[in-house]
This record gives sequence, C-alpha cells and structure tokens, in this order.
Amino acid sequence: MKQREVISRKGRLGIAIAVAGVTTLGLTATAQAQQTLNIVSWGGAYSMSQQRAYHEPWMEMSGDEIVNIDRSGNALAGLRAQSQAGNVTWDLVDMLPADAMIACAEGLIEPLDHDELLADAPDGTPPSEDFVDGALGECFVASIVYSNIVAFNTEMFPEDNQPSTIADVFDLENFPGKRTLMRKPINNLEWALVADGVAPEDVYDVLETEEGIQRAFAKLDTIKDEVIWWEEGAQPPQLLADQEVAFASAYNGRIFNAMVTEDQPFEIIWDAQVFELDGWVVPTGRLDKVRDYLRFATDTQRLADQAQYISYGPARESSSAMVSTHAETGIEMTEHMPTYGPNFATAIQKDDEFWADYNDELTQRFDAWLAQ
Amino acid sequence: MSDSPSVPLTTADGVPLKVSLRRAVRRSKVKAFLLVSPLLLFLVVAFVMPIFDMLWRSVDNPEVSTHLSRTVASLEGWDGESLPDEAVFAALVEDLREGQEVRNLGLLSSRLNYEKSGMRSTISRTARRLGRIEPPYREALIEINDTWGELDTWKLIRREASPYTPSYYLAAVDRQLTPDGELAKVPAHLEIHVSLFWRTFWMSAVITGLTLLLGYPVAFLLANLPLRHSNLLMILVLLPFWTSLLVRTTTWIAILQSQGVLNDMMVAIGVIADEARWQMIHNKTGTIIAMTHILLPFMILPLYSVMKTIPPSYMRAARSLGGRPFLSFRRVYFPLTIPGIAAGAILVFILSIGYYITPALVGGQSGRFITNYIAYHMQTSLNWGLAAAIASILLFVVVAFYLVFNRLVGVDKVKLG
Amino acid sequence: MALPSYATRGERIWHYVFLGLCALIFLFLVGPLLIIIPLSFNAEPYFTFSEAMLRLDPAGYSLRWYQDFFTSSAWLHAIKNSFIIGIASTILATVLGTIAALGLSSRHMPARGAIMALLISPMIVPLIISAAAMFFFFSKINLAQTYPGVILAHTALGIPFVVITVTATLSSFDTTLIRAAHSLGANPTRTFFKVVLPLVTPGVVSGALFAFITSFDEVVVVLFIAGPEQRTMPIQMWSGIREQISPTILAVATLLVLLSMLLLTTLELLRRRGERLRGLSPG
Repeated sequence: MKQREVISRKGRLGIAIAVAGVTTLGLTATAQAQQTLNIVSWGGAYSMSQQRAYHEPWMEMSGDEIVNIDRSGNALAGLRAQSQAGNVTWDLVDMLPADAMIACAEGLIEPLDHDELLADAPDGTPPSEDFVDGALGECFVASIVYSNIVAFNTEMFPEDNQPSTIADVFDLENFPGKRTLMRKPINNLEWALVADGVAPEDVYDVLETEEGIQRAFAKLDTIKDEVIWWEEGAQPPQLLADQEVAFASAYNGRIFNAMVTEDQPFEIIWDAQVFELDGWVVPTGRLDKVRDYLRFATDTQRLADQAQYISYGPARESSSAMVSTHAETGIEMTEHMPTYGPNFATAIQKDDEFWADYNDELTQRFDAWLAQ
Repeated sequence: MSDSPSVPLTTADGVPLKVSLRRAVRRSKVKAFLLVSPLLLFLVVAFVMPIFDMLWRSVDNPEVSTHLSRTVASLEGWDGESLPDEAVFAALVEDLREGQEVRNLGLLSSRLNYEKSGMRSTISRTARRLGRIEPPYREALIEINDTWGELDTWKLIRREASPYTPSYYLAAVDRQLTPDGELAKVPAHLEIHVSLFWRTFWMSAVITGLTLLLGYPVAFLLANLPLRHSNLLMILVLLPFWTSLLVRTTTWIAILQSQGVLNDMMVAIGVIADEARWQMIHNKTGTIIAMTHILLPFMILPLYSVMKTIPPSYMRAARSLGGRPFLSFRRVYFPLTIPGIAAGAILVFILSIGYYITPALVGGQSGRFITNYIAYHMQTSLNWGLAAAIASILLFVVVAFYLVFNRLVGVDKVKLG
Repeated sequence: MALPSYATRGERIWHYVFLGLCALIFLFLVGPLLIIIPLSFNAEPYFTFSEAMLRLDPAGYSLRWYQDFFTSSAWLHAIKNSFIIGIASTILATVLGTIAALGLSSRHMPARGAIMALLISPMIVPLIISAAAMFFFFSKINLAQTYPGVILAHTALGIPFVVITVTATLSSFDTTLIRAAHSLGANPTRTFFKVVLPLVTPGVVSGALFAFITSFDEVVVVLFIAGPEQRTMPIQMWSGIREQISPTILAVATLLVLLSMLLLTTLELLRRRGERLRGLSPG
C-alpha cells in the first residue's frame, strides 16, 4: 500500500509524463529497494543483444544491477545442483524449451501464469494469443525464435553452381569439400531424412521408427568421411572463414554476425532450417524478485529491439511487425529472420517432446556410430 | 636369557623398565596418531566421504520406490503374466496426481527413460491429462498412452522398485536387464562404453611404452653423468614437470594444428603440399603425442632414482669379464633397472587412464578417453548415476594398480623433483 | 659419461648416436615450452610464425596480447581468484600436512603404511573422479559454488605433496640433534624452533610450493564445483582454448612458463641449502 501511495503522489506531482504502462512499472521498481539480478544466459553476441535491448534500459529505469552469468549451456545441471544444495543463486535463466520441460517436471522452476504475468501487446492482445505457437510452456516464456541452418562459403563454389538445398549438403559429387556439423544427433538426423526425400513435416513420424533412424544414419554415412564435428558454437563460422570447410551447420545468428560485421562471403541455406525457441525460466522461489523485470523484458517493444542486434526472430507476433534495421550497419533485418516468409517455407519445428524422450538413446547411438 | 637377573630392572622411580618402556612407546604412539589425526579427519570429510558418496550413488535407486510407492505396493501380488488389475492402475493415477501436484515427476520419468526410451513423455502426457479421466482407470490410461498396456512397462516398474539397482553398472559396460530380468548385451548400435574403456587402456599402454622408450636413455644419461652436468640437464626434465598442464596442451595445439608451426615448416621446406597438411591433432595422434610429452617426466624420475643406485663398476666388471657391450647391458644393467621400469610404468599408466583435460582438448573424436564420458554424463546428459558407475569402475582399476605400485615401490618412496 | 679409453670404433659411433638421441629427447621435452614464447609476441592473431617474424622485422612483433591480458577484467578477476584459492589452500595443506608428517615420521606411528596410502590417494585418484565425487558431496553440504568449497577441494589435492616432501626431509633428519639440544638444556619449544624448524623448512617450503602449483594449475575440480564467481585462471584458459583460441592464451602461457621457471629455481636453491645444512653435499 505504501508503494501505491508513493506512485500516486509522484503521479500527482506530474514528474512522470511518459507512456503510462512502462512508467508505472518503472516507478514501482524505483520504489522498491534496488536489487541485484543474477541472470544466466548464453554469452557472446546473444548476451550482448540482451544487454542492449533489455538490461541497459532496465537498469537505467529501475536502478537495479544486472549480473550476466554465461552458463546457459549447462543451465539444467546448474539448477539441479543449486536446488539440491538448497542454495539457488540464479534469479532468471535463459534456456531451451526442452530443458525447461525437464526442469519444470522436476520442480526446479516456477510455473508461470502468462496472461497475468506478461504485458499485453500494444493493441491489447493478451500474451497467450500474441506469442507464437509453442512459445509459452508451463514454466517457460520464449523471447526469440532462432534457427539451426547450414551455411556455405560462396568463394568455394563456382558462381554458376552454388548450393541451395539441404540435399546439396549431402551431395559430395556436385558440391565437394569438407563439412562441419554439430557433434550431436539433433538436426543432423532431421536433415539426413529431408535430404533423403522425406517431407519436412513428416520427419519426426519417420524418426520414431527404427527404419527411419537407420535411414537417417545411412544417409549420414554417405558424407561421414568428409565431416569435421564441432562442439562449440564459435567453431563453425571460424572453420568456414578459414575455408577449412565448405559447409557448416550453425546457429543462424552467428552466421549473420560473421556476414555483416566481418564481411564474410557466407550464404545461408534456409531450406529445412530446424527452428526452435529460446527464452526465460524462473528458478523456484524467485518469481517475486524478477516479476517486474520479466514483464519488461518480454514486452512487445523489447523483443522488437533485440532484433536490432542479432538476427533472431521475436517470439511475439506484435513485435515481428516492428522489426527494423541492424543497429550498427543499418541492414534491413526482416529478410535475415528465420521467420521471414521465403526462409520459412520448408522449416522444421524441433520436436521437443521427441528429443526429450530419445535424446539419451540417440546420442549414445550417434556416438557409437561416430566411433565405428 | 637364562642369566638375566631375577630382580627386574627398574627406572629411577621404581617402575619396572619394561613397563616404563611400554608406556613410553604407547605414549609416543598416541602422540604420533594425534599429530596425524587432524589431517586424517580433514581428508575423510573432503575426500573420502565424497568418494563413498559417489560409490553409493552408482547403485542408489530411490525414484520409483518413493514416487510410485502406492503403485509398487499394489504390484506386490502381480503374477507378471497378464496386465495388472484395476487397483494397480488406480494406485498409479493417485501416485501421478500427487507427483503432479508437488511437481516432482521429473526425476521419476528421467529414471524410467534411461531404461526405456519414451517413458519420459508417457509419464508427462499421462500426468497432464489426469484431471480429465474417470474410472475405470485401466482403459483410460491405456487410451492416453498404449505404453501402459505393455507388460514390459509394468515389469520395469516392479524391477526398479528396489532401492538399489545394478542398472548403472550394467549400462557402463554396455549391458542391460531384459524385461524378464535376464542379463543381455545392449543392441550393437548402442555399444560405446566398453570400447572406450579398451581404447583408454590401450592408448595409455602405448603412451606408457613411448615414455619408457624416450625416458630410459635420458635417465641413463642423467644417472651416468657427473653431478654437475646432470643437475643442469635435470632442469630440462623438471621444467615441463612444473609447467601448467594447460600450457603444455596449448603448445601442442599451436605446434600440431593444420595451420600450426610444424605443418607450416613442412610446407615451407617442401616436404608436404599446402593442401595436404598433416592432420596431427583432434585425433589419436594428437592425444598420444601430447600425453607422452606431459607424462615423460613421471617416467624419467623413478628410472633415474633407481639407476643412480647402480654402481658403474658393475658394467665395468661385466665388460672386463669379456661381455660385449650390448650383452653386458642386457644381462647386467637392464635387470637391475627393472624396479624403476615397473615403478615408472605403473605411475604413468595410472595417471594416463585418468587424464581428462588433454584428451578433451586435443583428442577430437578418435582420441577421447572414458573420462570424457564421465564429464559428458555429469554435465550434459545429467545421468549422474551412470557417471558415478563409470567413475567407480575406473576408480577400481586405478586402485588395483595403486596397490600393486604400493607393494612394489611403496608410496612413501615417491620422490618429487 | 666419458668413453673409456678401451672403447672400440663401433662403441664410439654408438656413443655419439646415443648422445644425439638424448639431445633430441631433451628438445622434445623443452622445445614446445620455448616455442610459444616468441609466438606470444606475434602481431597477427595466428598461432604460427608470420613472415615478418621470421625476417625479424620489429613490425611482426607486438605486445598486444599481453595488453589484452592485463586489461581484461575477466582475466584479472581470474588471476585474483587463482591467488586467493591457491594461497588459502596452500596454507591449509602445509599446516595440516606438516603436523601430520611429524607424526608419520615417528617410529611408533601405528598403521603407518595404510595411513600413508590414504593420505597420498588424492594424488593417485584421477582428478575427474575426485571432481565428480566432490561435486555430488559438496552440493549436498552447501559447499558447491563457494570459495570454501574450492579451497577445501584444492587443499585435499595439495596434501599428498606436502606429506611426501616433509616426511622425506624428516626421514633424513638426524634425531640425535634433538637429543643433543635437550642434553644441552634447550626446552622442547626452543629445540623445535632453533633446531628442527631450520632443518625442516626447505622441505616444508618445497611441499608448499608443490601444493600451490597444484591448486594454481588445477582445472577439472574447479570446472565441476566452482561457480562463475570462483572462475580461476586455468578455467579461463580452458574455455578460451575450447571456444576461440586467441594468442592471448599464448601470452598467459608464456607468463606461466616464466612462473614455473621461477618456482623451479627456488626449489633448486632450497634443495641445495637443505643438503648443505645437513652436510650431505660439499655445498
């Protein structure tokens, strides 16, 4: 109640004159004790985009301090260990929906009431209708859509014979050269099937059968000798730039970065991109602390702002319309988004439930296959 | 002792000498033990208890028995021939409802998913629809997911209800229990751990062999040079020994990688073409070269300390008795160095099979050790039980070699630098 | 290892071949450590000698990677952590280890062999196993992701080195010196500080140096049980090597090689001093 009084008095004094929603929020936070938020994310260019689009405006507005922790790669293990130790130090965690499902089922993170918790779109559309399909999980709220794609170095193929489909990646005859792929079954099995003639929408139905898995591995067998397996997201653009490989599977944002900020002659094959969401979860017991920040960081404007810094699509319909140009180079961002129409035509949505069930077994099988 | 005096010797205060001596010994025993005890206590807490905790975790199996307690209890009289009756299904619904409410079904579904892929979604889907189902539960559950209609599912739940499980150890050696409880190999396309254990062992054996091959001549030279010179050369052995492991691994990356120093040199002097650079890293070769370098001092030092004790006159005597140089070396000198060889070889082998950093950084796909899988299960797959089981097996192997080493050499004879 | 005068021609040839072989092995041992020193001054972001470097053109060399290192807050934080953790665990390990070594070197120590084997075991058990075990256990008792947790872990790893070096020093220690001191009227405290300590100090210091370098160089345990706050220098190097290998790593590596040279020299001087004090060498 005390807080309300503060706000109304300040309101009456006419100090705040900006857009009502945001201002109230800002003042609520100012009225609270200033705090430090430990936010876990992926590091690199991605954390930088969050820093610019969410953290800096929030810190300025609320006086909070935000500490970035680059641990999303091991976030699930970290959450488990912290909760087992009864010593949770993280306030907000950026993670993949598949991990969020597991963490949610283990009670490590808070269930979220999206419509109550998150901000409506500027036109009043409630979050449950404004976010794209699959963006709101029981304990999860997505902020971006990113994509796993294969890119190539245009200088390594003659101008009249540039690859354009995922099948070309598996075509050693017409497109010779080394490839680098992620050392995990995810994405590679999907691509192998599509290259072998399976329609993108049928991929997971086929993968659920033993014949389907065998078919995918058989297709991967055809290029196995030419593949260098990467494990860190920074490796593929590096290998592609050094021309150690002709093709590289990667996150689309990393390739985009190399293309625009380092002027690398890369091209993305959007065919059969495997897209996926990424977003926030709240460790159990931390909801009250991060409530205001979470509302702020997932509103329409913030998600649209983030797209100025990295080529990942916003998870809200209302933000997509506001995507503009790259902050440093002024490039029009729309056509670099995974969700852009022509890019999206043959896209595969990663099936989190399938991978939650089969990741352990298929990873073991994949490792055994690699060791053969 | 027949002529010992009948009156026992006494100390100044009249206590018999024997008693007094015994007392003194006991006192110094207690004193010695008290001096050691703080450290012992510390190590028990900081080291021994963690190790036992890990051993315990490799067989611990609380998930099914705690989270499906009602189901497990009602499965008691089940014959295993046909599907369980309605009571069991009702118990399952109740268990899952409770689990859904307190949100702790995750560990249960992970645990069952290790044994049978697909159980994770079976449980989470079922739990999500619990609000909407009515008795009879048997039909209702089977309709949600036909996994509940499989005998094997129920046999699995009954088997994993036991508070301890051999499953993690079996998985660590590529074995599994069939639904009927028989031991079987996992399908060939899932076999991975046994071959990794063997690879770890034989690559460590190769590394041990190489360090012996390179270390023996150096130790021989050091042991037979005048002290002034050998001290100087010893520094060349000790410097790498004292240098950070990561630094030594990094230098090998810089030297061996395809755009690295060695390949550049070979291209520059025309030994290889620019397109045909040697692939010496991110494979077995890289691991073997880097680890041989890193472990070489551990071979040289024990060899040196044994060779130092062999009087040079032995060789001279053998020669003067007409032995040809090679023969005298083989018959006289070499046998005397065998304890040093054994000590060095066991030490290098033990250290090698436990290495993680170097294989992880330069091993690539083919140069990976079993230790890399412990880390994988700890950090990525989060199957901590399996990580603990693999680590425990490795620990048993290391301890076995350690005991042999202790018997042969004595740990307290280890010299450092 | 001079050749005897009766050596045959064949033996002479073999002798020089042997010396050549040994020279090559020494090169294998030390060469890699020396090669990174010039590489760390490369003006280009590569891991190899540029042409300008080979021409000895000053433009090919630069201090930029050192500048990177000394101006990066991540690296500086990591150095600070490494020293905090290293020094704290060294003190703990040295105190506990030295006291224990005094007990262990008593003739009357019960179960000496078994206890010694236990005390040395942290050195023998593979680091990854210790790390996994400590991770499980420390998580349970709220020590994971804390400074005390990492310090305790490193203390356990450093203890074997202290125990080995100090017991080795004590075993060559002449106990009649203590009796002599007693008989000359010194009380035990005075005897300890005036006789025992000076003779044992070299062993204690070299044990402490071993413990320090063990902690300072340790990656695996920190990787598992430290939180982002306790990030040490080896962890920073590890992630640097795995993610994007930049020559800054080589600059750090060069500094670490220099550090190990410094430590080695200290140890060598200590050893000589120890030998001279005990009259083992002419000095």
